[in-house]
Amino acid sequence: MRLIQETDFGTPASRSENTVTLTIDGFEVTVPEGTSVMRASQEVGISVPKLCATDMVDAFGSCRLCVVEIEGRNGTPSSCTTPVADGMVVHTQTGKLKDIRRGVMELYISDHPLDCLTCAANGDCELQDMAGAVGLRDVRYGYEGDSHVTARQGDQPNMRWMPKDESNPYFTYDPSKCIVCSRCVRACEEVQGTFALTIEGRGFDSRVSPGMHEDFLSSECVSCGACVQACPTATLTEKSVIEIGQPEHSVVTTCAYCGVGCSFKAEMRGEELVRMVPYKDGKANRGHSCVKGRFAYGYANHQDRILNPMIRETIDEPWREVSWDEALSFTANRLKKLQKDHGKNSIGVITSSRCTNEETFLVQKLARAVFGNNNTDTCARVCHSPTGYGLGQAFGTSAGTQDFDSVEHTDVVIVIGANPTDGHPVFGSRLKKRLREGAQLIVIDPRRIDLVRSPHIKAAHHLPLRPGTNVAVLTALAHVIVTEGLMDEAFIRERCDWDEFQDYAEFAADERHSPEATETLTGVPAEELRKAARLFAKGGNGAIYYGLGITEHSQGSTAVMALANLAMMTGNIGRKGVGVNPLRGQNNVQGSCDMGSFPHELPGYRHVKLPEVRAIFESLWGVEIDSEPGLRIPNMLDAAVDGTFKGIYIQGEDILQSDPDTHHVAAGLAAMECVVVHDLFLNETANYAHVFLPGSTFLEKDGTFTNAERRINRVRKVMSPKNGYADWEITQMLANAMGGGWAYSHPSEIMAEIAATTPSFANVTYELLEEKGSIQWPCNEAHPDGSPIMHVDGFVRGKGKFIVTEYVATDERTGPRFPLLLTTGRILSQYNVGAQTRRTANVAWHEEDRLEIHPHDAEQRGIRDGDFVRLASRAGETSLRALITDRVAPGVVYTTFHHPGTQANVITTDYSDWATNCPEYKVTAVQVTPSNGPTDWQVEYDAQAKQSRRIVHAEPAE
Amino acid sequence: MTITVYIPGDSGAVALGADDVAQAIAGEAEKRGADIAVVRNGSRGLYWLEPMVEVATENGRIAYGPVSAGDVSALFDADFLSGGAHALSLGDPEEIPFLKSQTRLTFARCGIVDPLSLEDYEAHDGLKGLRKAVSMAASDIVQTVTDSGLRGRGGAGFPTGIKWKTVLDAAGPQKYIVCNADEGDSGTFADRMIMEGDPFVLIEGMAIAGLATAATKGYVYLRSEYPDAIRIMNAAIGIARDKGVLGASVLGSGKAFDIEVRVGAGAYVCGEETSLLNSLEGKRGVVRAKPPLPAHKGFLGRPTVINNVISLASVPVILDKGADHYRDFGMGRSRGTIPIQIAGNVKHGGLYETAFGLTLGEIVDEIGGGTATGRAVKAVQVGGPLGAYFPRELFDTPFDYEAFAGKDGLIGHAGIVVFDETADMMKQARFAFEFCAIESCGKCTPCRIGAVRGAETVDKIMQGIDQEKNLELVADLCNTMKFGSLCALGGFTPYPVMSALTHFPDDFRKNPYLQAAE
Repeated sequence: MRLIQETDFGTPASRSENTVTLTIDGFEVTVPEGTSVMRASQEVGISVPKLCATDMVDAFGSCRLCVVEIEGRNGTPSSCTTPVADGMVVHTQTGKLKDIRRGVMELYISDHPLDCLTCAANGDCELQDMAGAVGLRDVRYGYEGDSHVTARQGDQPNMRWMPKDESNPYFTYDPSKCIVCSRCVRACEEVQGTFALTIEGRGFDSRVSPGMHEDFLSSECVSCGACVQACPTATLTEKSVIEIGQPEHSVVTTCAYCGVGCSFKAEMRGEELVRMVPYKDGKANRGHSCVKGRFAYGYANHQDRILNPMIRETIDEPWREVSWDEALSFTANRLKKLQKDHGKNSIGVITSSRCTNEETFLVQKLARAVFGNNNTDTCARVCHSPTGYGLGQAFGTSAGTQDFDSVEHTDVVIVIGANPTDGHPVFGSRLKKRLREGAQLIVIDPRRIDLVRSPHIKAAHHLPLRPGTNVAVLTALAHVIVTEGLMDEAFIRERCDWDEFQDYAEFAADERHSPEATETLTGVPAEELRKAARLFAKGGNGAIYYGLGITEHSQGSTAVMALANLAMMTGNIGRKGVGVNPLRGQNNVQGSCDMGSFPHELPGYRHVKLPEVRAIFESLWGVEIDSEPGLRIPNMLDAAVDGTFKGIYIQGEDILQSDPDTHHVAAGLAAMECVVVHDLFLNETANYAHVFLPGSTFLEKDGTFTNAERRINRVRKVMSPKNGYADWEITQMLANAMGGGWAYSHPSEIMAEIAATTPSFANVTYELLEEKGSIQWPCNEAHPDGSPIMHVDGFVRGKGKFIVTEYVATDERTGPRFPLLLTTGRILSQYNVGAQTRRTANVAWHEEDRLEIHPHDAEQRGIRDGDFVRLASRAGETSLRALITDRVAPGVVYTTFHHPGTQANVITTDYSDWATNCPEYKVTAVQVTPSNGPTDWQVEYDAQAKQSRRIVHAEPAE
Repeated sequence: MTITVYIPGDSGAVALGADDVAQAIAGEAEKRGADIAVVRNGSRGLYWLEPMVEVATENGRIAYGPVSAGDVSALFDADFLSGGAHALSLGDPEEIPFLKSQTRLTFARCGIVDPLSLEDYEAHDGLKGLRKAVSMAASDIVQTVTDSGLRGRGGAGFPTGIKWKTVLDAAGPQKYIVCNADEGDSGTFADRMIMEGDPFVLIEGMAIAGLATAATKGYVYLRSEYPDAIRIMNAAIGIARDKGVLGASVLGSGKAFDIEVRVGAGAYVCGEETSLLNSLEGKRGVVRAKPPLPAHKGFLGRPTVINNVISLASVPVILDKGADHYRDFGMGRSRGTIPIQIAGNVKHGGLYETAFGLTLGEIVDEIGGGTATGRAVKAVQVGGPLGAYFPRELFDTPFDYEAFAGKDGLIGHAGIVVFDETADMMKQARFAFEFCAIESCGKCTPCRIGAVRGAETVDKIMQGIDQEKNLELVADLCNTMKFGSLCALGGFTPYPVMSALTHFPDDFRKNPYLQAAE
């Protein structure tokens, strides 16, 4: 192992397909047209000195170190800003160039501290490198002149000096070390797209400034880390590097937060993680990151993390720390006894979208091969199960159609029910970059998300629909396309079932689906909707990106099918820049669904009733697989309340907090006799658990995650598990304690079993992943290198299927008692139920969930900004503080669910998607009233949680 | 019969009291019942004679100057309204040698017409060029400008026709004409004079540029320090729009062109074309690296012609009288006429438009009449604050782009500033660094840090610290700035510094103790 040093080519790659041949220092080099002379030089291994150039951002030409001489041209042009030309003869090192470079470095160092030995960037400083490269030996100007370096100059205070800004929890800004190369400013603009940084002042006064001379934390900075990564000096430095020192080796791994699946270099010193740096070869993130993946990994060492197994007879007892052996035999005996007393179907498992493919595969195998039933479900049930079902029906594959690179080729984007800048920030940045290049945007969301209007981004159309009316809006879009003849008939005739399309067209064309007819229902102005439909149909490459605002509805599956219809009727499938793209919530939602986590499907989305599929697994596992689908999570809970379902093994999910209707979940869990929680922390579900098995973090294990673009990314162990075992080992130990007889020694062996049994993974091996970096399934004989874009020459299912999407209003309706609609979402700095991010310094940005309410609704209720309010629905009530904003329309309220104290799911109902039971999180009829504090339930729950979390440690007291 | 009296509204003349004179003349006329009409014309550019009042008499225009408000009563007494004799009488202004010896093509109307009268403009050959252009193919207009030999008068001297052709050939849904009216060089005022004295010629030139390149929108980037020029340009644009010179159909051609004035915020560097574009877009006025050229990716990333005021104002006469007529003036590769702005310590300061080719000595000694103080001329800085200092030994240099470059100098915007023998050239060298430090945009290192270090190093030389070593360091720094800077601000700062060092070495080797004693 060594520290991975990625080559910095200085300027971004050219996408031209034409090539140009030139000579650089006597070497002939052929590069794409539009490549810079600097990059072409680096291609042949000649590093032209540079400071302001880096290949994550466009050439800028300010440092003047990279000057070259070109035969037949005047002067000394900068190689970063000069494009190659055929036959060009370049010299990168001449007497004249040496003089200029040394002169420039002499100027730089005349305004820079000389504290290299004690500087945090020592060993990782480009300024230091360049001083060496140009042979700087002397600074003849001396150090008495005007400078930014010291607080006092002579006996006077130095007005140019600024103190270090340590306001951001993760990095510092030291203006005294700034060389004003603008790399941070440009990274913030071009890579992240936030435009939080600028250069203030001019001339010698120029200095980097967050916002209008604010500190970083108070500015618009979103702490993505792009500026820190771009900084060539110690000016912007991770606090962890200041504290620990420079790393000595690095391991490439995959972020365990959202479904973007960013690749990172975990930079290490021994087993200590120094920093996470986004990996430029990561094909999902292309070297970018967000605050979570880049910085919020501190939870792995948080004091709340449980490192020893614990058991208890009943949930009113305190926890007792025990050995692994005792915990596992206790669990195995209980589960076996439950099966003996109540039947083999009385227990089940929940797999985790947070864990690796291999771990998920083992958990469902535990149910199917060891428990002997199909009682397996996954947290993906509550987020993207409609995606799997809907896209499977329409296209034949339960996954998104594109890779993330595709967004670079799109012309019109529909973002519906997703908030990429908060939920999928790295994709959000890539999208914004394309929008700044001129692509058009249509946002369909009840809330004015940041994409609607942010620096240099403006949506062409924002359709602020009433929560719960997705299907009506999408069908109205189809109505306009069909009735105005905007569809791509050639595509439909060639790729889709024409008869089915005609049925669908007839349905959509019905006047009752027109924007005018549905306007009163959806709240979307008809003319705006018509314009959006025309733009999407005729604006070039059209791409649809969606999130849980589509799926978490009683018509979630219908809405997914409606999106598929829109893409098919406009011919936007099967090439770069188009497609239907689900933005997956968690890191391995795609993988957990692929791995057979659902009770009716074996790995690869094959129904358990199919004997030929069962046979594959039966012969390999030597067991008989039940041909009847098992129970879904809500069914398990119902059965538990009924007394027929008694035990559950939950890996990496906090169903009490994340599943709807908390009271019902609590009742179900309380009715069980063996609840096994396998997690990092004593989560809310663990309050009802009898066994707690401590889990491992993504840093502590090997495996793979599959992101939203079907990309199988390697997760690599960078440190030993603090709890002793990787999660796959723990599942294996539990299986063996119950007589499973498993003997995996490494996750690669589990992947081999997945590949051997699952056609879409047939060619996937750890060797191939090592070679390619990552692979997008299907990867098999037909697609040996994987499949960045699906349905290229035709749909996987044969002909694309148009499905009639009749709008059926949810039963959850507003009325006099509950006149407002509550919808929910995420914020950038926090993640899901917050188990991890709340245990990091990210709390600096979001210390509590707030209820967004329109000024009109607030005024009517006498609510002021920051007031405690009671939020009540038919299911229950909670309280939180109000945030008055016109981001939400009148009649709509919004909150996040990152903090357990908020208990947002006490409010949500048990309505769910008709096809997949995905809960209807996004629409709840509520009333909001002023309140003076937490509700009785919150107080009681808090007391119960405290009681439940008592631990009796194994060590005797001294 | 109403008698027309011309009192310049030009801000140079106003600074010398023209408004007071105008008020006094109006008051005196009323008192005496004289029937006069006052026209606030532009200046003819004879600033040592401003305020220069002209009266339209039966025998043509008779000039009086420099007139102060206190002279007005006496002028009336002398019946100046009929061209009566008076000590201030200059006779026929056209016969004043300074004016008579000029070749006025670009400034033909300046100081003569009512700046905001389109009728007056047309009566003096205005719009003839544009009328020709509307009937020509775009490529033919470009060819005419190319053939005329017109080069950018802002300083760089790039052939205007070639620039236009690049924009004409560039594909783009929208193209722009940007007029650089951020005239910031010390000792220059030609742009201001034309905008205040003959705004329609600039409008006409821009419209021709628009027709030539298929650009439909023009911007005049005008420095905030020119409030009168801003007011007059805006008024003239409004008139031109009302009269169909600008708008959806230029002179009924069916081709659109319109102009908007955008006011700068007081940064010298925004006269550099790429910073100007950034500023025009509402961004920080920092220099952009080239390529891409503004002709390919300029304002808002679209193909853009950026030309100086004088370049654009010279186009109408070229179209009107033909490329040959213009090209036949001048020498070498410097064709046509150049409005030289003579300033500083000089007897006859003002604007002198003439064909290229006069020697510097002729300009300073004969036309300028030597210094105002009467002392010997020590040096002349040509081309603004970043131009080289020329000693008397180089006064045989002809006014020509190449000849000046051959002497390590530049013509720039053709402003010349005269210094007498009391000037300390080391202080002037320091001033060049100081100017660069104040005006630097801060983007490139040689300019951002180099200018500050340059001034500090000259200070050390002044204090007698390691004079030879520090002189060598200044020379090295100038090399770094000249070849390393991103734009001409840092790149040309070495010209005044090195010319001062080269031609006046003794000024840098004075004994600091003696200096202190002075």
